[in-house]
Amino acid sequence: MSGVFSPTRAKIKERTLRTDKWWLQPLLTFSVLISFVIYATFRAFENDNYYKDHLISPFYSPCLSEACVPEATINGFTPVSATILNFALSPALIILIFPLGFRMTCYYYRKSYYRSFWMSPPACAVAEPHKKYTGETRFPLIIQNSHRYFFYAGLVLNVILTYDAVISFKNPEGEWGHMSVGSLVLLVSSTLLWLYSMSCHSCRHTIGGRLKNFSKHPVRYKLWSWVSVLNHSHQQFAWFSLAAVAFADIYVRQVASGAWTNFYFF
Amino acid sequence: MARNIKLRIWRGDSTEGGLKDVVVEANEGEVVLDVIHRVQATQMGDLAVRWNCKAGKCGSCSMEINGKPRLACMTQVASFGEEETITVTPLRAFPIIKDLVTDVSFNYKKAMEVPAYEHPANLAPGEARMEQIDVERSQEFRKCIECFLCQDVCHVVRDHEENKKSFAGPRFFIRIAELDMHPLDTLKNRKKTAQEQHGLGMCNITKCCTEVCPEHIKITDNAIIPMKERVADIKYDPIRWLGTKIRKREGL
Repeated sequence: MSGVFSPTRAKIKERTLRTDKWWLQPLLTFSVLISFVIYATFRAFENDNYYKDHLISPFYSPCLSEACVPEATINGFTPVSATILNFALSPALIILIFPLGFRMTCYYYRKSYYRSFWMSPPACAVAEPHKKYTGETRFPLIIQNSHRYFFYAGLVLNVILTYDAVISFKNPEGEWGHMSVGSLVLLVSSTLLWLYSMSCHSCRHTIGGRLKNFSKHPVRYKLWSWVSVLNHSHQQFAWFSLAAVAFADIYVRQVASGAWTNFYFF
Repeated sequence: MARNIKLRIWRGDSTEGGLKDVVVEANEGEVVLDVIHRVQATQMGDLAVRWNCKAGKCGSCSMEINGKPRLACMTQVASFGEEETITVTPLRAFPIIKDLVTDVSFNYKKAMEVPAYEHPANLAPGEARMEQIDVERSQEFRKCIECFLCQDVCHVVRDHEENKKSFAGPRFFIRIAELDMHPLDTLKNRKKTAQEQHGLGMCNITKCCTEVCPEHIKITDNAIIPMKERVADIKYDPIRWLGTKIRKREGL
């Protein structure tokens, strides 16, 4: 008997005496995250419907495989083979590891999935079901300490996705100065990804948090203050950017497959 | 206007115990500690409860109210439904002494294990000068009233008694962060010992400590995560590690 049922503690047989709906939050988080994982896995392996008229899905950008639609590549740069061990390699699989790693090691998502998937703990003051606990001290969870490297990779991807949003302001004939629903969708998605990245705890640390004397580094202190403001909303940016990226992919897929027409405002 | 409310209070000691139902009068504006005192005065004369300031500043009346770690003096009776039974138990992470009183000496042992501030050798007392922006981060952590609600709710020790020997807990992570961020503290290896001796790596940042803090200290965002990042600088980031070796300094 361990934890709240240890012999020295007050003899209470319930795992928790909370009377509110403490299970609702982890249930919702689990449902949303598992839905996203299933959809993203399907899309990563679909290897189709990711490009149409200067709109490219964020799941497939940058498109680095020889199998990519030529228009979806960056100046024809395709260093990765189309197959691996005679199996077709989806271009999404090459790059999704980086945003996946960034979100998996994100301090906010860690809280979310430790609570909702691993029930460690399921909610505050609700006893967890595990007999042993070593936290993030051992493999594989010690890898969470590499979050900053995924953050750096995320910044590179943000630049590319912003570029994708910019070129979506072309019409199908390639002329600049046109705006469609697709442009708007990619613009919102890339903006939210920037906000999610810039509000990241590793960003806050890198930009100034590691300093001991702010007064000796006034510029970094100012930047740290701004990132700290964004950091308050990191949770919201995490969810909004996830939803925006998923919707951007759905939108491009529907347009590319011909199910939806990309409406041009001008 | 006074009304009768239903309370369930845990009574017992280290050998046995259970929840006892009582009905007690509550006046408008009263807090849970007020009605516990009324029960003590009228129905359970030997009820043990620890309290002191009744103003949310001493951290004495920590207990669990409807399963949530809270200060009894800061929990309004009116925040519960009129027909709701309010369940009051002792903190469930610490050994029970009697009724609502637990033995929180674990926290004092952990406090002694955190090395104190080390003043620069070349500065005599009174000569130290610091700018406000250099100390404001640490000042947030000085608001701690040592109610130990964060220690109580932390599942690392609440759910795993065996971790108590190797885990300091959120209250002491803010103490370590306060010192590590102090512009004049000269003690070396504070980050390393935070990870290797105080168990910082065991925290999986589920933020319950922040949720229960009556002083609204952002324990996780402003202390634990920054400390985890500082530990990553010296232990898990090869480029940073190389940088510190070349430039021969632990921090900036």
